[in-house]
Amino acid sequence: MAEFFAMGGYAAYVWTAYAVFALTLLADACAPLLQRRRALRELRGRIKREAARRP
Amino acid sequence: MNPFVLWFHKFGSPPYFYRVAGRWLPWLYALALVTGVGGFYGGLVMAPADYQQGDSFRIIYVHVPCAWMILFAYLFMAANGLIALVWRIKLSETLAMAAAPVGAAFTFITLVTGSLWGKPTWGTFWSWDARLTSELVLLFLYFGVIGLYRSIEDARQAARAAAFLALVGVVNLPIVHYSVVWWNTLHQAQTVSFTGQSKISPSMLWPLLMLAFATHVYFFASLLARARVALLTLESGKDWVRGLLPGEAAHG
Repeated sequence: MAEFFAMGGYAAYVWTAYAVFALTLLADACAPLLQRRRALRELRGRIKREAARRP
Repeated sequence: MNPFVLWFHKFGSPPYFYRVAGRWLPWLYALALVTGVGGFYGGLVMAPADYQQGDSFRIIYVHVPCAWMILFAYLFMAANGLIALVWRIKLSETLAMAAAPVGAAFTFITLVTGSLWGKPTWGTFWSWDARLTSELVLLFLYFGVIGLYRSIEDARQAARAAAFLALVGVVNLPIVHYSVVWWNTLHQAQTVSFTGQSKISPSMLWPLLMLAFATHVYFFASLLARARVALLTLESGKDWVRGLLPGEAAHG
């Protein structure tokens, strides 16, 4: 197991590369979720404001 | 109208696209995750170490699938940009603009992992090699498209301007692809070929192809997720969007 993590002495390069891959894609996957939440919140606010304006 | 054209028109309608994409999304994410993990297992555990590069060659499994991915993502963005400019289809504008951030993310990964691979094999993190430089230009093109889209207030006008920039940037794609052939610099020539014989052993190749599949599936998952949000914002005045918020929509 330790040998596997050592990557033949290239651990720093190999694992950093895999970490960059995983973290970047994780951030990319979260972005649309956050945008969606914001879009729905804005939409709710707009509907409420329009309802308040209506006599 | 023939069934294909009919389907095309139906799919181009935002509410239909929103619904269908929402149904596909979990499956695409799951498929990308499963094939991605399988490919990583094959690449990190099952594939033997390279006889020249040792274990450092395993960076290939994050670097090369992403590098293939960004050319595909750019072509996808440019093709949708062309459709948006010629036929003014709203969904194509949305898809083109949704592809840009995903493509930029993959280009960033390609450049960073390539640099991390360059240090142990070439002795340097960066050089102004033809392939590296043209990939950097590709990253800036993605940034340009995103920046231009965000800087214009009207979303539809912004999408058309950015689509035009994306089309002009297509000129960079053959340069990226053929840079290792045209200029004899640091980056190695291509090893995997779909038309001729690949110069890589099958035990090293299958995880690579599996990860290429996984990254492409992920691209479509992220694309659909982003396009859905963009449509919510773009069509926020329409009934189908209001209908998504039960209760509150009853008055609107």
